[in-house]
Amino acid sequence: MTQVLIPTSLPELWSALREQPSAHLYAGGTDLLVKRRAGLLDPAILIHLGRIDALRGVTADDDGLRLGAGCTHRELLEDAQVRAVLPVLTQALQTLGSPPIRAMGTLGGNLCTASPAGDTLPPLYVLDAEVELWSAGGERRLLLRDFILGPGRTALQSGEILAAVRVRRAPHGSVQHFEKVGLRNALACSLVSLAALVQTNPAGRVKHAAFAWGSVGPTVIRVPEVERHLIGQPLSLSVLSEAAVLARRAVAPIDDLRADADYRRQVAGNLLLRLAETGSAPER
Amino acid sequence: MKIHLILNGTPREMKVAPDRRVVDLLREDLGLTGVKEGCGSGECGTCTILVDGEARLSCLLLAAQLDGCRLTTIEGLAQDGRLHPVQQAFIDQGAVQCGYCTPGMILAAVDLLNRQPHPTREAIRVALSGNLCRCTGYQMIVDAVETAARRMREGEDA
Ligand SMILES: Cc1cc2nc3c(=O)[nH]c(=O)nc-3n(C[C@H](O)[C@H](O)[C@H](O)COP(=O)(O)OP(=O)(O)OC[C@H]3O[C@@H](n4cnc5c(N)ncnc54)[C@H](O)[C@@H]3O)c2cc1C
Ligand code: FES
Ligand code: FES
Repeated sequence: MTQVLIPTSLPELWSALREQPSAHLYAGGTDLLVKRRAGLLDPAILIHLGRIDALRGVTADDDGLRLGAGCTHRELLEDAQVRAVLPVLTQALQTLGSPPIRAMGTLGGNLCTASPAGDTLPPLYVLDAEVELWSAGGERRLLLRDFILGPGRTALQSGEILAAVRVRRAPHGSVQHFEKVGLRNALACSLVSLAALVQTNPAGRVKHAAFAWGSVGPTVIRVPEVERHLIGQPLSLSVLSEAAVLARRAVAPIDDLRADADYRRQVAGNLLLRLAETGSAPER
Repeated sequence: MKIHLILNGTPREMKVAPDRRVVDLLREDLGLTGVKEGCGSGECGTCTILVDGEARLSCLLLAAQLDGCRLTTIEGLAQDGRLHPVQQAFIDQGAVQCGYCTPGMILAAVDLLNRQPHPTREAIRVALSGNLCRCTGYQMIVDAVETAARRMREGEDA
């Protein structure tokens, strides 16, 4: 039998972790309990994070937003500040799982699972998000891209939790865009996804571009050549088609039961072409 | 461990294994077999229950998490012998074939109508997109939720 501890405050959490250093954390359980049932892990002690208020809520300041790791996907989707400031994240959350999965699953769980198909990762990569890691001893911050080390691997140390994600406001007039290709609309793991953050000057030429692809490598993939190629260019179909060639060359997809690598590679490039439609009409 | 909960309106104190899946607790220990288990892994929605009024998947909850919560299963939805408007509408619209998905569908629909009394057809489809039905093709289920929404609004006006 697995013991389940449910701390209701940080001091209770730290003492639980001190007494049970081998305990496994969970929040929504939508990854962990599936893996447990599949026999992939069998922790002797579980600590449920769902009743610690300090991990919840969205707060805003002049720089940007701080998203509590314990926020469920639905809470983030319903948050007016998230919708206004981070449309690329909102678009991704709308495609994540299904309504009950969004009501139970958390941002922290999605990031700590560190799946290459995790839908919140590409948006947060292009936004250069930072993570706040807390332990009994204090706090440290890392860029999200340094926090994710590989498939299923993060920089979390024993006794540490993910407390929040910090995201700066994108410059005014930036285009934020997310698209995921899956086998169906709901309950579909991504075959390929793309998050984009593009800033153009008044003449419609690209000043800054950030792209992040999901499900086409061991972790989220950014392709600096693509970002450089677009600088100074309009978001036209021909320019984006050139960038798509570079993207297809750079991604590293695998074959699996959902799709083969060639298909993923092709789609990874194709997804860029959508910016010819959305890029001309900034979403904020 | 001991947990306290309100189950279908009745306060209960129970001794449970903390890691017992809630779907097993409800079906096997308490005989509430209206809760169905389809996939056991979050994909199908047949195990949907309401926890503090919101739809949750009982296959992905552990008993310890229920302490202090209010639970509603399909068995607890009718009030004073009268079916909930969503239940009645499912019957009237022929939204039930084998019935396996029905308890979960109905509870997911109740959750939707609690938060959104005027859903569009598209909003109903999205709200039920975590509940799979192998029989009906969904049309009649969406019809039933629309009907229930209308009746619930009219009931409030009356
Ligand atoms: C049917 C189904 C469909 C799904 N579809 C999608 C999808 O489309 N896209 C997608 O991206 N994901 C999907 N998922 C995966 C999952 O729902 C998400 O990754 C979700 O965000 C996980 O959050 P959670 O709180 O449930 O994580 P949990 O299962 O509670 O935890 C996952 C891992 O993260 C760790 N963890 C959680 N919170 C913290 C924290 N604050 N600090 C430190 N460690 C922590 C846990 O120890 C555990 O190892 C799906 C899952 C299911 C069952
Ligand atoms: S049995 Fe719980 S979602 Fe399928
Ligand atoms: S009525 Fe048979 S699964 Fe829906």
